[in-house]
Amino acid sequence: MLTVAEVERIALLARLALSDDEKLRYSQQLSAILDYAAQLAELDVEDIPPTASVLSVHNVMRDGDETAAGLPRADALRNAPDTDGVSFVVQATFGDEE
Amino acid sequence: MLTSLTVRAARQHLRRREVSSVELTRAFLERIHALNPRFNAYLTVADDEALAMARQADERIARGEDAPLLGVPIAIKDVLSTRGMRTTAGSRILANYVPCWDATAVAQLRAQGAVFLGKLNCDEFAMGSSTENSAFGVTRNPWDESRVPGGSSGGSAVAVAADLCCAALGTDTGGSIRQPAALCGITGLKNTYGRVSRYGLIAFASSLDTVGALTKDVYDAAIMLRAMEGRDPGDSTSVAAEAIDVEALDARRASLNGLTVGVPREYFIEGMQPEVERDVRAAVAHLQALGARIREISLPRTPLGLPVYYIIAPAEASANLARFDGVKYGLRAQGSDLIATYRQTRGAGFGAEVKRRIMLGTYALSAGYYDAYYIRAQKVRTLIKRDFEQAFEQVDVIAAPVSPTTAFPIGAKTDDPIQMYLADVFTLPVSLAGICAISVPCGFDADGLPIGLQLIGPAFGEQRVLEVAHAFQQTTPFHLKKPLS
Repeated sequence: MLTVAEVERIALLARLALSDDEKLRYSQQLSAILDYAAQLAELDVEDIPPTASVLSVHNVMRDGDETAAGLPRADALRNAPDTDGVSFVVQATFGDEE
Repeated sequence: MLTSLTVRAARQHLRRREVSSVELTRAFLERIHALNPRFNAYLTVADDEALAMARQADERIARGEDAPLLGVPIAIKDVLSTRGMRTTAGSRILANYVPCWDATAVAQLRAQGAVFLGKLNCDEFAMGSSTENSAFGVTRNPWDESRVPGGSSGGSAVAVAADLCCAALGTDTGGSIRQPAALCGITGLKNTYGRVSRYGLIAFASSLDTVGALTKDVYDAAIMLRAMEGRDPGDSTSVAAEAIDVEALDARRASLNGLTVGVPREYFIEGMQPEVERDVRAAVAHLQALGARIREISLPRTPLGLPVYYIIAPAEASANLARFDGVKYGLRAQGSDLIATYRQTRGAGFGAEVKRRIMLGTYALSAGYYDAYYIRAQKVRTLIKRDFEQAFEQVDVIAAPVSPTTAFPIGAKTDDPIQMYLADVFTLPVSLAGICAISVPCGFDADGLPIGLQLIGPAFGEQRVLEVAHAFQQTTPFHLKKPLS
């Protein structure tokens, strides 16, 4: 059973603000889903390789970078909640003590 | 009626100048404005853009141009970016987002002269099986308005079923094209992972997401795939496969001689609606009557698809949705400091199911649990993939149900996530294996609700799957029956 304290810890990692009601509900629902997933723990998968992609993708070198038009600044800023016309405006990332 | 035309039939009328694209587009727009308030399939109806695109198409037709989608009105699931046309992903957090580019699949359809009628409702960020998770209200099933259309491409399925477009784009991560297609009585093709570029698709689970079409018949599914497939420099996981041969579908006619169809015993389970089993088995008998050899097979890891999917997909989603932080686009809810702003923005902007999956995925990826959940799920994913690879050594195509039940009542499963997740139990393994499958109508239950047959093929086996599905449709009436008539 996932405790409310654990839910709060995950919510911080996930950068989610949750109401008290949500914390309680998610502690129950996430517990139920994780219990369901517990059947995976019963399998012997020691020698099985994990599948991260179904394609056999591998790293390749590009043919060579060519300059191309990027996203115009006005387009990049168009959907932002706050800009000064040149940049995205955000709150300070580091406090004074840094 | 103009709005009931398939893509193929619409093109024939346009080519012969029996109708113009503007006339066709106006007919759809009128029907959308009349019926959409009832069904909520469209989130955005793009009257002006659609008519402008239709006029351009008519000019191209007048110049003698001919292309498989030229002048054909279609609509697009709202998780696919459309240049200059609002794209919400069914989420409050993107309620006013207007992309500056087209998804590659959208750009290809635009270049080929398709007309965009608007954007279609879906579960928020394509997370759901009923379209009840949209921030903009549920979409209603035209066969019974008290029932869900399935999801997450519910708006796409309803728009096609109710003749609100010729064809629609959708996405399928765990069943989101096939399941709503089945529940709405239409055709839906989930392509092999990588066959159609994901560039410009608002990402949910990047190792599973696929772009595809929902259509009125199998022939249209082939036309739509042909128009969208191919390698794209914008998506490093896109693959150049041998192109679909649309005309070959007719050449095959209705004979399935020499073909072996596998029927997996794990897809007929206790608790499934008896009419679904009855009609899917009848469909298998029909394939046999067309000349196919039927062979019972086993896909033993089928029941593990659900727990594997609900670790892997939320894990990938929790990473993909980190980008919604109230800085570059979307909603911002200002807090006392930057972290508080992130948390309040995401707390206010995301709905319950999206938060649930972000939490689940964050937990599965967190220190101490990563190996136990995420890596273990990826290992079992390998076993599920191998099940299919072994099966396709014995059979050409696998026939199975799409969904264990027909469309369920709105609200029936919203309080119990696991019950909702079980709606995808027959579609998840195909997604995890990254292979292709089509959903075609194969019957109706006692309440008149449609039932879907799933025909599954190996990776890049769409041509064969389409041929078998087309042969089935050429000799059965199920796809011709319409709601609202």
